[in-house]
Amino acid sequence: MSTEEKAAAAASAANGNGNGNGNGTAAQGLSIVARTQGQLVRRRFFRHRGAMISLTILVLVILLAYTSIGFAGIPGWWIWNYYTPGKVVNRGAPTLSLWPTFLGGDGFAIGEHPFGQDDLGRDYFALTMRGAQISILIAFVVGIVGTLIGVIIGALAGYYRGWVESGLMRFTDVMITIPILVIAAVLGQKFGGAGPLVLAIVIGLVLWTGLARLIRGEFLSLREKEFVEAARALGAKPTRIIFRHILPNTVGVITVAATLLIANAILLETALSFLGFGVRAPDTSLGLLVSTYQNAFATRPWLFWWPGLFIITIALTVNFIGDGLRDAFDPRQNRVRA
Amino acid sequence: MAPFIIRRLFISFFVLLGATFIVYVLVASAGDPRNALLESTDPGKANKIAAMTRNLSLDVPIIPRYFAWLGGALGCLIGKCDLGNTASGAPVSGGLAVAMGSTLRLVVFALVIAIVVGVSIGMITALRQYSGLDYSVTFLAFLFFSLPVFWIAVLMKQFLAIKFNDWLKAPSIPPWVIVVTAVVAGLIAAGVVGGDRRRRLAAFGGASVAVALLMIYFAVTDWFAEPRIGPVAMIAMSAITAVAATALFAGFRSRIVLYATLVTAVVGVICYFALDSILADPTTLLVVGLLVLALIVGAGIGAAMGGLYRSQAVKACMLTAFGCGGLIFASQLLAALPAYSAKVNGVVVATIGATTPNFSGNFWETTLDQLGHLLLPTIAIVLISIAAYTRYTRSSMLEVMNADYIRTARAKGLTERTVVVRHGFRNALIPITTIVALDVGGLIGGAIITETVFGWSGMGKYFNDALKIPDPNAVMGFFLVTGTAIVLFNMIADITYGFLDPRIRLS
Repeated sequence: MSTEEKAAAAASAANGNGNGNGNGTAAQGLSIVARTQGQLVRRRFFRHRGAMISLTILVLVILLAYTSIGFAGIPGWWIWNYYTPGKVVNRGAPTLSLWPTFLGGDGFAIGEHPFGQDDLGRDYFALTMRGAQISILIAFVVGIVGTLIGVIIGALAGYYRGWVESGLMRFTDVMITIPILVIAAVLGQKFGGAGPLVLAIVIGLVLWTGLARLIRGEFLSLREKEFVEAARALGAKPTRIIFRHILPNTVGVITVAATLLIANAILLETALSFLGFGVRAPDTSLGLLVSTYQNAFATRPWLFWWPGLFIITIALTVNFIGDGLRDAFDPRQNRVRA
Repeated sequence: MAPFIIRRLFISFFVLLGATFIVYVLVASAGDPRNALLESTDPGKANKIAAMTRNLSLDVPIIPRYFAWLGGALGCLIGKCDLGNTASGAPVSGGLAVAMGSTLRLVVFALVIAIVVGVSIGMITALRQYSGLDYSVTFLAFLFFSLPVFWIAVLMKQFLAIKFNDWLKAPSIPPWVIVVTAVVAGLIAAGVVGGDRRRRLAAFGGASVAVALLMIYFAVTDWFAEPRIGPVAMIAMSAITAVAATALFAGFRSRIVLYATLVTAVVGVICYFALDSILADPTTLLVVGLLVLALIVGAGIGAAMGGLYRSQAVKACMLTAFGCGGLIFASQLLAALPAYSAKVNGVVVATIGATTPNFSGNFWETTLDQLGHLLLPTIAIVLISIAAYTRYTRSSMLEVMNADYIRTARAKGLTERTVVVRHGFRNALIPITTIVALDVGGLIGGAIITETVFGWSGMGKYFNDALKIPDPNAVMGFFLVTGTAIVLFNMIADITYGFLDPRIRLS
């Protein structure tokens, strides 16, 4: 007997006990499949069309950014790099053409510089890819650091209650009082020169407050549940209860919050770089590119369009994935959204 | 309630104190403000460095310097504010007050629009869940969430300001614009109305034809070259306002409310003709006074005619009076537009600053000048915050509309309007109030990027400039205001929640 058949039999038995006249109709006609919570969540997520499209696009963008010009010394497949100035051809206009010939266009062609060149003659595709690399790197590092800190602080405050909770939550209140852009700008001013990775870790150190409050709330309700009481009665230590019993039950909340944190971090990084408190030249990021060329919009609009489009694409896809995850983890959600 | 508030105040004070310490230490250690001077070749640089050291007390270590600053700042509690000097020697409190006024003007305006529009859209999408309209609004909300303000700002400068001003010099509406606008308006109307296919088709047809006719009228009469609200338009729009106010507050079953609002609208139209001479060049005080008077008259008409439906009639008539007042105001503004446009060489929508430098004109022209400068930054702020309000209202409304008491309300035979507005919407507003309160606190300091992009010399620019130096006193002045606002509005959010929702208060 396979697992599915077993489950179906069990379901029909339960059905029969319930209404008194069931005699295995479910086992004959409908096949009921037992699914674990994880399988249900995955199923709901994979059927969320917006999230799946977004995930595909995001993966493609990440692959494009990191393989095209290479990263950390590994060479990529794109012929230009983002730092060598060259000869400006045709005012640096983009050579990318997607307009088919039968509609009066030039046909599909990538050309020498698909995204054009900047005023120094650097290839703008390579520059944009470098910006995307840095922005994505920062966003994910911020997401990881912020989630780690938020989970630890929220878990400790929610589990231990008492003075641990009041101390940690007052500290969280203090951090919430400081507007994120303000503290990030102050830290960026201090650490921005030390490279994007340091900047990302530092931003992550201030972006955990929302997550900490969320996790604390989850812990407050879960710690009163019977299974925690059972674990405690069996003599489990607090660390074991926190990490083996309660934390796995908050995975949904954490995943969703972490995804939205990444989306926030993308926009925060671009905003910081735009204000001049983030990534510094000669390295670049998408926000810095927009900032540098915002006045070129009237004359050379491509210098402005490309980095902006990449910011929006990354932020939008991450937001949609977060939305799909939230729907997938929501136990009230039975209907699979188209 | 009182012990709760006092306890909150007490905790908030110490939270704020802790935050000031963190910010002060971080800013003070972010860099030496004298570095820029050290590198300069200015012959008097030794004096300047000495002056800056004196202004910012840079010869004192950071921790004692913080406590010296704190001593001065705590003086604000007893009315003797001393927030120290900026790097250039000016007192912080003076510059801060100017910046604050400028920011408030920007933020309040934007916030009101964002709340009204965002909440309405959120409510409509909740009532039409899983419709085409719902999906489109959801997508747009996510798009606006993901838009960097500075990027959209540059686009707006180009298309809504520069191109629009050029267009306004020789306005012409090409046919395809009319067609596209009409179709979009029809689609929105069909989505809002909902219901079966026939109803939606009727809404689509009605709205698109109406919009098309209106735009053809604009094109034929060259309306944009000399915009105005004529008598016919005034009468029609006042009547629409009256009907809409009735629909919102009372519904059409109670005819008496409709009559009351229509009477209010008639009074409004009479004022439109009668007030022309008074409104030629009024003072701000007069305009505000007239608005208050209009609200009083509206309330009076509602109270006198309302009968059994007095409270609804008063609200609906006040809204109608407000709408009519707004229409009269708008007609006067539009009438002043050609003169204003000539004065500023056609730059009606400005891209930078809060006013045109050295501009002088009568009340309507200066108002137009301020509005023209407010337009782009306001749209930028509204676009970003509207997305959040729409989402919150939608989810809150969906939650409420699935509640048992809504089913009870339906079961006892209330009209759909009463169920949605009185039982659903009012309860859905409770969590939104808290979110709005939190947002107000955040926005006062949160418009940093918008202000930078649009050259708006408010709090955000003040902070940005101060941090570039970095000047701890000026940054702290900024933070003291924004931090206090956040803490205060956090508290207000908690208290209003308890006040609005008895379930919270009693438990």
